[in-house]
Amino acid sequence: MIKKLTTPFTAAAVRSLRAGDEIRLTGIIWTGRDAAHKKLVALLESGAPLPVDLKDQIIYFVGPCPAPPGRPIGSAGPTTSGRMDAYSPILISRCGLTGMIGKGGRSAAVVDAMKKYGAVYFGATGGAGALIAQKIKSCEVVAFPELGTEAVHKLYVEDFPLVVAIDAEGNSLYD
Amino acid sequence: MKRVIPFQQVVEAVSALCGKAAVKLPADVLEALQRGAEQEKQPLAKSFFDQYLENAEIAISENMPLCQDTGFAVFFVEYGENVQVDGEGLAAAINAGVREGYAKYYLRKSIVAEPLFDRINTKDNTPAVIHFTPVPGDSVKIVLAPKGGGSENMSALKMMKPSDGREAVVNFVVDSVKNAGGNPCPPVIVGVGIGGTFEKCAQIAKKALLRKVGEANPDPRYAALEAEILEKINKTGVGAQGLGGDITALAVHVEYFPCHIASLPVAVNLNCHAARHAEVVL
Repeated sequence: MIKKLTTPFTAAAVRSLRAGDEIRLTGIIWTGRDAAHKKLVALLESGAPLPVDLKDQIIYFVGPCPAPPGRPIGSAGPTTSGRMDAYSPILISRCGLTGMIGKGGRSAAVVDAMKKYGAVYFGATGGAGALIAQKIKSCEVVAFPELGTEAVHKLYVEDFPLVVAIDAEGNSLYD
Repeated sequence: MKRVIPFQQVVEAVSALCGKAAVKLPADVLEALQRGAEQEKQPLAKSFFDQYLENAEIAISENMPLCQDTGFAVFFVEYGENVQVDGEGLAAAINAGVREGYAKYYLRKSIVAEPLFDRINTKDNTPAVIHFTPVPGDSVKIVLAPKGGGSENMSALKMMKPSDGREAVVNFVVDSVKNAGGNPCPPVIVGVGIGGTFEKCAQIAKKALLRKVGEANPDPRYAALEAEILEKINKTGVGAQGLGGDITALAVHVEYFPCHIASLPVAVNLNCHAARHAEVVL
């Protein structure tokens, strides 16, 4: 059975999902990959405010292609999540981030933070960037424009196909 | 007198290759994915194969890259010894073609100028990595294989001892794919280089990825090795996207090269299921 999910991604919704659930996600999500994560965490550590309030939000690990004319975005599939393992725990514990979307497994430290604070890791289909782009209805750069594709983008998605890869109890499809 | 190819002709050909490789999945890769969709028994993994096929159709109908990671532009060039490119020459023309193509076709620029300290994006996806091989004749064959970071990061190279032998080679390759899990976007195509020097071994592993998917090495001993490694990889259960399944690799391609009496280098280079390449002869 496919579950429909909307954002914001609240604690109750987090606890309702199990590893293996197939999801269609609708709502606003935020993009971020290596360079944006590094900057977000540097801001947090210096005590400065973040450009985006991540409470009950979902970050999608993606660096999209440029938008062709008449399109909100270019090809936009997930990147390897493991490179964000160094940064995700602090975003979960200090900012209230509840969801992450990417591809590939996560470290024990990330899973521990997910269990302790309540967060879910979703797998998107790596290498299906053209298909996923069709599910993204709007796209706007909201932070770090100097990073180009690695900037933080605000996306509105409709029926984005996902799988719960690791749930908030630590059950993982990668094990 | 050497034949002269105009600089701009190379630029335009390379630019078009960049656009084509990013959007159109080669027929052999598409057929391998179709076979996978039929053979895969686990429902979630099968749904990924269906998405890959749908993605390939959308990429063409929307003229959009198959994957947002349009890669490092890696070229294998056979450069005829009786031909030259005018102006600044072939390497400069290839880089100019990459610059033009990655802008014109809305491809992602994924290269930083310096790896450790600043990591500033070059904003035009240059420089390309170009492997030149001089050949007799007066033509230039240019093969472009854009290489994504997710699969490239899962590469491995080991300088083995000659006494390690066949079993150790098989285990090293299988373990490399297993440890990569979902990161390289399985089902992968596995390029294996055996022999040569450190850098030659890595290069032939990459070149092995250009072979038509599933085409066996002409040496029957190496063909048998490919079949054995493929079977063992698919028994790992890593599956499409690393979320479990019967098909983790579409093919294993082994290339070998003569090596030093003291050496047995083995390199593994993985390609994601969006195994892109395109070529042109000028």
